[in-house]
Amino acid sequence: MTKRIQQHASLWLSLAAVLLIGIWPIITGDALDRETAFTVLRAVALASSLNILLGYTGYVSFGHVVFYGLGGYVGFYLISARGWNLWLAILAGGIAAGLLAYLLGLAILRLRGAYFALATIGVNEAVRAFINNFEPFGGPTGMTLNFKVYKLYGGPASALQLSFYIIIGLTLLVILVSYWVRTSKFGLGLLAIREDEDAAEVMGVVAPNAKTWAYVLSAVIPGMVGALVFFKNGTIEPGLAFPLNTSIVMIVMIMLGGQGTVLGPILGAAGYETMRDYLLVSPLFKNLQLAISGALLLIIVLFIPRGLVGWLRQRYPKVRRLLI
Amino acid sequence: MILQVQGVTKRFGGLQALTQVTFDLPEGQILGLIGPNGAGKTTLFNVIDGVYAPEEGRVIFQGEDITGKKPYYLARKGLARTHQIVRPLNELSVRENVMVGACFGHANANLKQAAQIADEVLAFVGLEEKADQLASSLNVAQKKRLELARAIAAQPKLLLLDEVLAGLNPSEIAHMVETVRAIRDRGITIIMIEHVMSAIMNVSDRILVLDFGKLIAEGTPEEIAQNEKVIHAYLGDPKLAERLMQGE
Repeated sequence: MTKRIQQHASLWLSLAAVLLIGIWPIITGDALDRETAFTVLRAVALASSLNILLGYTGYVSFGHVVFYGLGGYVGFYLISARGWNLWLAILAGGIAAGLLAYLLGLAILRLRGAYFALATIGVNEAVRAFINNFEPFGGPTGMTLNFKVYKLYGGPASALQLSFYIIIGLTLLVILVSYWVRTSKFGLGLLAIREDEDAAEVMGVVAPNAKTWAYVLSAVIPGMVGALVFFKNGTIEPGLAFPLNTSIVMIVMIMLGGQGTVLGPILGAAGYETMRDYLLVSPLFKNLQLAISGALLLIIVLFIPRGLVGWLRQRYPKVRRLLI
Repeated sequence: MILQVQGVTKRFGGLQALTQVTFDLPEGQILGLIGPNGAGKTTLFNVIDGVYAPEEGRVIFQGEDITGKKPYYLARKGLARTHQIVRPLNELSVRENVMVGACFGHANANLKQAAQIADEVLAFVGLEEKADQLASSLNVAQKKRLELARAIAAQPKLLLLDEVLAGLNPSEIAHMVETVRAIRDRGITIIMIEHVMSAIMNVSDRILVLDFGKLIAEGTPEEIAQNEKVIHAYLGDPKLAERLMQGE
């Protein structure tokens, strides 16, 4: 039994961390705490998803927010214009994001390194431009939800509460997926691709398929999170749905906690959000928080390129098996 | 015949890397592939295992035309290779490196089986004590053994060895030669590129000689050592060839 707990230590730690963040506002009963926790969990879910592509497969996507935005738009449209319920809309948001990733994967995953990273930025901007001109989605002004919709979920207050439970659920789901990938044969193939794609292919890893599925897996949950977040917001517009700097912040979070580990992005996202909260309310730093995240990324890349968990793994070989 | 190479020609721009290379390889043999630097030996490996598609000619593996098939397809079918310049998966442990071979190669193992195969193969090549270290921490000789371990773990039918002896000291070479023989005794057919002449003359059943992308000789080690074209193009001194045959 202890061996089994040890074997899955990073999974238990990760799930416990998420539950802790989730339970804290339920205990305090403070709506403000709940909003803070929602933001942190959203960040954990997004960063852990991107980690499947960036950390495990070694492909840096600078435009990952496109899946969040697209899922948000699809979900929002289905709820507001088609009268779908929230659950189905979230599912549809995830499927839309996964489908986009699949098609993109066929097209741009043959690019490597900086070329792939640049292409992902291009994709984000292209989708944003498309939605800007797409009338059913409201074009540049976006869409607003009729508040009557919330009545279906017991009024705005309980809709917010429900959204919070759903984000906890989605975040737990990401952790399970992330852990499964990291410890599966499929994941071993991804790690091999990250280390040396040509050598991996010679050893039999079907890199084009593996990369495409990693991309799809990393996109589905951001799509679902997007659908949930914009339902909760009640309004959506291109600038809110596709902010490029959110993509960059996701990368900072992963690098901070430790790319390629299950636990790293959780710690990174929680740590970064806490720091950002502090910076935003501090009169000295409130206008500088993006500059600080940029400087932070630079410091991490220069001094602890493997992030917190990676550093611990390197420093203490004994914990290497526990912290994956 | 496990492998038939028929009239393979490969060009890189204006450079003729391989010209009409043809040979057959029966199962269970060790085939040596020698020739001066730049003769096209590694290119021939790259054509056989699908890294490059040839401009002309066909490659037939176990009766199937595999010309232009991808490396991962061929790995599944039973082809494995080592690289001249080692390519360890640095941030993975030595065991994980070998597991990749077992999982995705011809063995097609699941993770549990792969871990078992890996431990077995690591013991076979003498790396069992390093299993939990990161591959990046190995020295060159150990990395060469790791390349070999990954390839064997795939349980291939045909193994391509690209200069596994280069950079090793004499006792390491002797050890590696024994290992190569032991692999053949497991029923794996081998093609090996090598510059260490005493070793290749010793271990090969047959030898091919490439020069400027052309096959200039083919035969038993004795025939090759006495072939005038080979002596002229590669071995140089005729007496050297004799000495090599005596195993010095």
